[in-house]
Amino acid sequence: MAHEKMRTKLTALVVDDNKLNRKIHEKMLESFGVKSEGVENGREAVDIHCRGHRFDLILMDMDMPVMNGIEATKELRLMGIGSIIVGVSSRCTEAEIRKFMDAGLNDYHEKPFNTAKLSSILDNI
Amino acid sequence: MDKNQSRRQVASMKQSLFDQGLLDEQFIQLEGLQDDANPNFVEEIVTLHYRDSSRLISSIEQALKERNPMDFNKLDTLMHQFKGSSSSIGAKKVKAECNLFREYCRAGNAEGCVRSFQQLKKEYVALRKKLEAYFQLARQVGPQETACRSK
Repeated sequence: MAHEKMRTKLTALVVDDNKLNRKIHEKMLESFGVKSEGVENGREAVDIHCRGHRFDLILMDMDMPVMNGIEATKELRLMGIGSIIVGVSSRCTEAEIRKFMDAGLNDYHEKPFNTAKLSSILDNI
Repeated sequence: MDKNQSRRQVASMKQSLFDQGLLDEQFIQLEGLQDDANPNFVEEIVTLHYRDSSRLISSIEQALKERNPMDFNKLDTLMHQFKGSSSSIGAKKVKAECNLFREYCRAGNAEGCVRSFQQLKKEYVALRKKLEAYFQLARQVGPQETACRSK
């Protein structure tokens, strides 16, 4: 399909401490022709950018050890990273979502993530 | 049993899991990700879930033994992780039991936590057995178009 051909040039970073979630999200991205990598926490997400890697899309979990999604998002924005950062979390109170959004997210989706949510995100890149 | 009959049995088995409220839409999402390169993707994910979640079950059991006082924050955190993993495979009933457990945690109700955890384990084991039987039959039938909407 044409929109999938366009998406084959996109890259994504999946930031989640849960291997199951990383596997599912990376497979979803692959189904849209997006090349992805996965890291286990916010610190690794920051480090990969410090090494010069850049991604069109970052799927950021909130609760992670070492460095959580809020801290990682703030740090990436301070570094000048302009990638689309989408928070993906099972937290659902308005206050928690607001705090995450205020860190610098472009969008937020509640887990479990699905292909419809991903499609709507990719349509805006 | 011929192949078509076996395929119908696989479909019926899967439908039954939805009809009993054991699985939700997320399971369909995972099936939609299966392709020729990963024909057993759903089974891999479910296997990974049961491997990870069994560790969480042990941790929760251990934490429930600590009664003076019971660490409800720790229990809630563990259950949050367990619920997340269960949601990822579409384990609808298990997820509901997780929510109940977390309500008991927030209320500081130790007996409620113990009771709901026993029920949760029953649902967890029951689903695991049914999914094992389902995947075993599905493997015998071979790769097929398995993604279908639940009624």
